Amino acid sequence: MRGATHARWIAGAAAVALAATACGGGGDDDGDGGSGTGDTGAVLSSSWGDPQNPLEPANTNEVQGGKVLSMIFRGLKQYDPKTGEAEDMLAEDIETSDSQNFTITVKDGWTFSNGEKVTAKSFVDAWNYGASLENNQKNAYFFEYIQGYDKTHPDDGGKQTADTLSGLKVTGDNTFTVKLTQKFSTFPDTLGYNAYAPLPQSFFTDHDAWVAKPVGNGPYEVDSYTKGSQLSLRKWDDYPGEDKAQNGGVDLKVYTDNNTAYTDLMAGNLDLVDDVPAAQLKNVEADLGDRYINTPAGIIQTLSFPFYDEEWGKDGMEKVREGLSRAIDRDQITDTIFQKTRTPATDWTSPVLGEEGGYKEGLCGDACEYDAAAAKKLVEEGGGLPGGQVKITYNADTGSHKQWVDAVCNSINNALDNDKACVGNPVGTFADFRNQITDRKMSGPFRAGWQMDYPLIQNFLQPLYYTNASSNDGKWSNAQFDKLVDEANAESDTAKAVSTFQQAEEVVRDNMAAIPLWYQNGSAGYSERLSDVSLNPFSVPVYDQIKVS
Amino acid sequence: MGRYVVRRLLQMIPVFVGATLLIFLMVNVMGDPIAGLCGDRECDPATAAQLRHEFGLDKPVWQQYLTYMGNVFTGDFGTAFNGQEVTELMASAFPVTIRLTIVAILFEIVIGITLGVVTGLRRGRPVDTGALVVTLVVISVPTFVTGLLLQLLLGVEWGWIRPSVSSEAPFDELIVPGLVLASVSLAYVTRLTRTSIAENTRADYVRTAVAKGLPRHRVIRKHLLRNSLIPVVTFIGTDIGALMGGAIVTERIFNIHGVGYQLYQGILRQNTQTVVGFVTVLVLVFLAANLIVDLLYAVLDPRIRYA
Repeated sequence: MRGATHARWIAGAAAVALAATACGGGGDDDGDGGSGTGDTGAVLSSSWGDPQNPLEPANTNEVQGGKVLSMIFRGLKQYDPKTGEAEDMLAEDIETSDSQNFTITVKDGWTFSNGEKVTAKSFVDAWNYGASLENNQKNAYFFEYIQGYDKTHPDDGGKQTADTLSGLKVTGDNTFTVKLTQKFSTFPDTLGYNAYAPLPQSFFTDHDAWVAKPVGNGPYEVDSYTKGSQLSLRKWDDYPGEDKAQNGGVDLKVYTDNNTAYTDLMAGNLDLVDDVPAAQLKNVEADLGDRYINTPAGIIQTLSFPFYDEEWGKDGMEKVREGLSRAIDRDQITDTIFQKTRTPATDWTSPVLGEEGGYKEGLCGDACEYDAAAAKKLVEEGGGLPGGQVKITYNADTGSHKQWVDAVCNSINNALDNDKACVGNPVGTFADFRNQITDRKMSGPFRAGWQMDYPLIQNFLQPLYYTNASSNDGKWSNAQFDKLVDEANAESDTAKAVSTFQQAEEVVRDNMAAIPLWYQNGSAGYSERLSDVSLNPFSVPVYDQIKVS
Repeated sequence: MGRYVVRRLLQMIPVFVGATLLIFLMVNVMGDPIAGLCGDRECDPATAAQLRHEFGLDKPVWQQYLTYMGNVFTGDFGTAFNGQEVTELMASAFPVTIRLTIVAILFEIVIGITLGVVTGLRRGRPVDTGALVVTLVVISVPTFVTGLLLQLLLGVEWGWIRPSVSSEAPFDELIVPGLVLASVSLAYVTRLTRTSIAENTRADYVRTAVAKGLPRHRVIRKHLLRNSLIPVVTFIGTDIGALMGGAIVTERIFNIHGVGYQLYQGILRQNTQTVVGFVTVLVLVFLAANLIVDLLYAVLDPRIRYA
């Protein structure tokens, strides 16, 4: 406790010193009281991790790179940081009559920070680039519903026969049309994802220079980028959008270890950490008080099963899977291991969708309630555990998965009254773990996590459980589920589409295609200099709204 | 002397080839790195195949190794998965780690040897016993404990230093991390020097020097210390390589973006090019340090001659 107060004092002193010096830079320090006012010229520092891939919109698939893209880019849609709802940003209008052909009008008056105008061509060129196999873009599959994708990105690895998507046509300076291969009513709502961002011509003409210092159309522009150590973003003064940055900029600093970032926050050298280390969760409230944020994010963790395995794929095993689900004491594990930074899951989506978006509390029902007796009975009825034991496979290199896997196993062992019912099976690296999944080498349940790409119920179901979908790691396949998903996608009435998706989710439940464990929260801590800090549904800080005093 | 150096340099070749081949095989045994590149989902097969082709991972390992070695001789260490040249990563990481190593070595030389001489000359006195106890403690406490403790006390509690090192990593910010990195070796250097000095104080040439009436500081520096330093120099020399490669823990604690950090990232992401490239350079550093140590022997003790 003493340490905490001391650290606060240092942070306070640093804040005063910084505030005193930072006011010179074009800020309006009118200072009319309260925490609501900020110095719009002041720069804040935030922790960051080295992005795994080059910073290109269609090539960035992890949080650290995505964080930057969401600061320097604005797409056709933007997800509301509070509700997660997709709202028009650069889109003036997205029209469709059949949920398959869309006419998109881009708002006039938007430019990239280098002065170039954002037009329909900026989008079409960017999407064509992302879908083209020769560009190796890891998010290429985001364009798979657009007609012509199979020509620009042949799945069998053959030579591509087209460089552009035949389903995209520029019809005017600010209009273009999109033709999809199937009905996809919620397609417009996916367009807030970074992969769909527009790109300036300099991206195509001098790609190396662009990657070294990306140019976008968002509220911030890149001031300097030293790979592996720091990315400095500064407010773009001529930004035409409504959501102008409320601060002068953000310095993203690469930390090798989130514990060090936390220590730096305590010592007053850093303003914001967006990942409070597990080891500090016990002290964080005492250290930071109300400057600690712990809010739900669109992330769910589950246990998947290898349905390609004879034992696990056979009929009747759904009882065993349900039995295992009932043997897991989610409340106790989220309390003790995760210090309430996880919420026990009661469906297969996430609370950030909201009820209208498709989240349905308690959809899982009894199957997600801890009941040792019922668990034992269900497992016995289902023919017992294959081989008498389940091994939960996980990667041991990141994310401290060992702790919770051991706890889950412990819970299962207690419920089933069998010391050897469940053991953890660590795999050294994430890459090797993914390898074993891709090679279908899993022999029992394995850790699965899903971070949503966009806040839609479709994103929590289709990529994970649809036959042969991109993230259907367990290779689960169910005709009724597929049919319901197709129906939902073809449905133009959003409320109806959502309820059809929920019916599909019930199929997942009845078969226990995956055991839902818990929803993950985003956590962050910040210094006394900052106010109006919040996390969006993707657990990324809403940087442009942060005020620095 | 010249022939000796040439022979030593020739000996380096098999060591170099063997070490890189071993690392190459070890990283390759870990499986397909592309699988981890697409996050919690499978890369689509076409893109995965394309990436594999681009990084040359679709060829047999021996062919990958030959191509790699061929490129290394032209100074091309390949490309990391984030699109950066490995040489570029090296250019940013090695200067930082070299600075850190220099700080650590300076600590070893200045504090370690001084303390060793003082205790060696005062065997059995309180100073000696005290230093022995302190070094024992330092040796038995793991580096990460010392590191985190110093970081917490000096960085957070007292605010004397910044808990993390900035990306430029200038010398003054590296003092505490350097001390942490050096701590264990420092204790060994102290003990080695002490024993060596204690042994040599009774040597004939020291008695002669004293009998000649030479001033005490001259006896110690020119006669006693010079002869006692041979084992210490050997230790410090080999330690250079060990410090550079073994800085992973220290660099992680103090957020130093040096060799340890790059190696750690490379291993986590199973990035063959990064890991093999950095290890190759480390092997070279190790070999060079050993050579220099051997050459220093001749300087310290002219009786040791190389044919």
